[in-house]
Amino acid sequence: MAIANQLKRVDFIFNNENDWEKVLSSSIKKKPQDLINELISSELKGRGGAGFPTGIKWKLAAEAKNDSKYIICNADEGEPGTFKDREILSKVPYKVLTAMAICGYITGAKEGFIYLRGEYKFLQTELQKAIDEFQYYCKEIKFDFSITIFMGSGAYICGEETALMESMEGKRGEPRNKPPFPTQNGYLDKPTVINNVETLVHTFTIFKYGAKKFYDLGVQYSRGTKLFSVSGDTPKPGIYELELGMSLQDFVYEFGDGDTKAVQVGGASGFLVPRKKFKDAAIGFKGKLTGISLPTGGSMMLFNSSRSMYNVLDNYLEFFREESCGQCTPCRVGCQQLLLGIKAVKRGEKPASYLEKLLRLTETMQLTAKCGLGQSVANSFSSIVENFQEEMIY
Amino acid sequence: MANTINVSINGFPVELEKGKTILEAAGKLGITIPTLCYHKDLCVAGNCRVCVVEVVGQARLSASCATPCEEGMEILTNSLKVRNSRKHIIELLLAEHNADCTKCYRNGNCELQKLSSEYKIMTQEFIELAPLKKYSIDMFSPSIIKDDSKCIRCQRCVRTCAELQGVNALTVAHKGDKMRITTFFEKAMRDVVCTNCGQCVNHCPTGALVEKNYIEEVWEAIANPIKHVVVQTAPAVRIGLGEELGLPPGSRVTGQMVSALKRLGFDSVLDTDFTADLTIMEEGTELLTRLKKVLVDHDETVKLPMATSCSPGWIKYIEHMYPQYLDNLSTCKSPQQMFGALVKTYYAKARNIDPENIVSVSIMPCTAKKFEAYRPEMHDSGFRDVDYVLTTRELAILIKQAGLDFNKLEPAKFDRLMGDSTGAGVIFGATGGVMEAALRTAYELVTGREVPFKNLNIEPVRGMEGIRETSIKIENPLKEWAFLDGVELKCAVAHGLVNAKTVMDTVKSGTSNYHFIEFMACPGGCLGGGGQPIPTSPEIRKKRAEAIYAEDGALTIRKSHENPEVQKLYRDFLKHPLSEVSHHLLHTKYTKRERY
Ligand SMILES: Cc1cc2nc3c(=O)[nH]c(=O)nc-3n(C[C@H](O)[C@H](O)[C@H](O)COP(=O)(O)O)c2cc1C
Ligand code: SF4
Ligand code: SF4
Ligand code: SF4
Ligand code: SF4
Ligand code: FES
Repeated sequence: MAIANQLKRVDFIFNNENDWEKVLSSSIKKKPQDLINELISSELKGRGGAGFPTGIKWKLAAEAKNDSKYIICNADEGEPGTFKDREILSKVPYKVLTAMAICGYITGAKEGFIYLRGEYKFLQTELQKAIDEFQYYCKEIKFDFSITIFMGSGAYICGEETALMESMEGKRGEPRNKPPFPTQNGYLDKPTVINNVETLVHTFTIFKYGAKKFYDLGVQYSRGTKLFSVSGDTPKPGIYELELGMSLQDFVYEFGDGDTKAVQVGGASGFLVPRKKFKDAAIGFKGKLTGISLPTGGSMMLFNSSRSMYNVLDNYLEFFREESCGQCTPCRVGCQQLLLGIKAVKRGEKPASYLEKLLRLTETMQLTAKCGLGQSVANSFSSIVENFQEEMIY
Repeated sequence: MANTINVSINGFPVELEKGKTILEAAGKLGITIPTLCYHKDLCVAGNCRVCVVEVVGQARLSASCATPCEEGMEILTNSLKVRNSRKHIIELLLAEHNADCTKCYRNGNCELQKLSSEYKIMTQEFIELAPLKKYSIDMFSPSIIKDDSKCIRCQRCVRTCAELQGVNALTVAHKGDKMRITTFFEKAMRDVVCTNCGQCVNHCPTGALVEKNYIEEVWEAIANPIKHVVVQTAPAVRIGLGEELGLPPGSRVTGQMVSALKRLGFDSVLDTDFTADLTIMEEGTELLTRLKKVLVDHDETVKLPMATSCSPGWIKYIEHMYPQYLDNLSTCKSPQQMFGALVKTYYAKARNIDPENIVSVSIMPCTAKKFEAYRPEMHDSGFRDVDYVLTTRELAILIKQAGLDFNKLEPAKFDRLMGDSTGAGVIFGATGGVMEAALRTAYELVTGREVPFKNLNIEPVRGMEGIRETSIKIENPLKEWAFLDGVELKCAVAHGLVNAKTVMDTVKSGTSNYHFIEFMACPGGCLGGGGQPIPTSPEIRKKRAEAIYAEDGALTIRKSHENPEVQKLYRDFLKHPLSEVSHHLLHTKYTKRERY
């Protein structure tokens, strides 16, 4: 994948011209097919997890035959250290609502839900006000689309789209088997589009300015911008909207404290990149080519040389051991084994070669776990163990 | 053809219907893919992951139980990648597991054990987690033991209790490493809505849910020279027992079973079918009496529809879930408890044995019957009416422990008294059987003619449909039943508590107008009971049902009221159905229970 020339800060997302009414009313005058084509040509990929092309997702839902369909905005934002979706919902909620409504127009869904993280209950009143005003406008222009807030249950796994739907249906938040995918069998078994808050805002940008403006930013496979939550050993933590495709070198130059040893890209389920690989690492999708993966929730955590990578991994594994829903064997038992395993190696109760066995176990987890949580534990585990093996042992 | 697709499995092509899973496709080629969380009776969970296979071109492996085949898929069920992953998963399950097989009730019939034996898991390379966990074991229920240290969290029990039984006594609690199967508020099984039906036991792949066994108690009673040990065997045992002893499903082993029981040392080997026939006499009369009180006397205290009461799982269910309908239940005890009450009275007197020295054992396809025998009201003989209840599985254990070569046993006949049975008694073991037996008798009682069905086979109430209905119009009744002339008797049959719920909801909403409903807690009726051989499946239950109806067809007497011993019992002891003695010994009352 190509690497962008330099780090570029952009202001699409929070830039607010308060023109959502215009964007909505003009969009719903266009043909759904044209809107879908616009979205597909922007090459926007989901900003919540797997990076699935948003245009294709909407197209699949539009083509699904069913009397009822649903739109869900995933505002569960459970990844530790990220709060970009919270910022979006408190600063530019109308963009999100508009995007949901346009998605409803395109797919034929009449009902939308915002699945709001339990901890964000304090946003509820303001958000509801925005929804009320939004619905008022919809009524005025005789556009039939309702939006309801659904308060989340608090478990990290409920951010996974199918667990989220189970939880909305009043069941235990456990991921479902896929296929079938939500665009066919989603909420209440009906075709459902589920998108991350940020993804929806990007569609707003695309419907407002056209696909080209979005497409022209970023690099091949990774178009447009993305919000990053920068944290850890940095003099300027916070949320930044950056063009995709930047090199990690440039990123560290901008945000590091001069002593950056490694960066965890994409939170606990992302990858750890050590200093020697900063140069070759580009931040974007299709990362396998350059050894770096998608930025999932957009968490970028910097570590300087005072940090123990063993402790970092220990923390992540503890998180996964607790946050795994526990239904599937490789994830439930695998996470416990990885955590106890690195502890045993550190204490000298198991030989260093045991790490090899654990690495093979993470391969099995990646191959066989039921959902993204268990599948992605391998990312941080292998990138930390392989790059900082000595810290694991001594 | 549009409705079929072609895939290849391990290089062999197979054509199959659209929508079939990879697991089903493999089955069609005779390839077994190991499974743990999958069960034919239940919806697909896809959580154990041992059934993973490789689909060429896909980065990850697929759970074959949950993945539909798609045109052109190339599937590998035994590639190195698959084997290594599968082995890892088994190792992980064992790491969390108290794998002390020699001290486990399911030793020898356990899906996890079989799998680890097949994959020759000889060492544990991962860290043993079981000793680090504070697993608990719940032994308070008279029917079921729940041992969390044997649980692989496949959730088959949870799905069973929800999907087949609609009880939802079991649930998944907590997440991550603490995730486990428990009950509402983590109470003991005996303190929740659990009906003791044992379906979860029957569907559990491991030793995490097992019946509470009374094997040693029974051996001790047999060894005690003072005790006269009587055993009764329920109708469904004789068509299930063979499976536990290596015979195919649907094997009829009545004669060998009786012979085995005699060799085990029981003093008298008797037949619950006898009290099944007696139940028909009492319950049939009760139904006709209720009809008269409602239709002629307009007595509003008498409730219709009348519901059967021979399935103790169903009884506990209605006590919890529909306590306002307890008056709709027939007051008849189950055949097991009628038998128990008679053994320590009528039988004791006739055989001149001190009832105090009688130990009454029953062999049942059922775990709820263990609870039933233990109910405080079941002491009408002056003693505990039934002392020990063993399941079909426990009987097989007795037979194996005694070293009997079951297949070589000469068939024997039940002892007397209380060993006579009719075809009507036998079919109690299948869903619809009580209804059919009751109709055979009631119709004849009222009209003086046999039921208008070919060979007495009332086909509309047979089969495995969850809810079945039939109605019989009564024409030209005998004089004393004249008030029933032209009445269309509306009947329904429901098996599996989830179906019982559907029927009860129609009763509650007034959208049905049945007179008489047969309820059985277990799928298929007693033949699919929670105490029957493991495994169970729709096909196995179908074979057992065929065996039951074959058993009925082979008997010369097929109507309860023609059972000579029952006739004698009325002559010598009870006088007539619903007599004072009957009321005292054969009828009971029910208890309202809380839902939570
Ligand atoms: C364990 C786990 C947690 C997740 N949490 C979130 C979340 O908090 N917010 C979110 O938008 N997506 C989350 N996802 C991703 C969703 O499953 C889903 O892919 C996403 O909502 C789709 O939206 P997008 O296409 O706009 O990215 C999570 C996925 C996994 C596996
Ligand atoms: S991978 Fe983990 S979180 Fe996902 S379904 Fe399995 S146990 Fe649950
Ligand atoms: S449940 Fe199965 S594997 Fe576990 S101890 Fe019992 S027999 Fe062995
Ligand atoms: S015995 Fe029956 S009711 Fe009780 S938990 Fe098991 S399946 Fe549910
Ligand atoms: S108790 Fe049995 S059926 Fe239930 S989850 Fe555990 S192993 Fe599975
Ligand atoms: S049998 Fe398929 S996942 Fe358990």
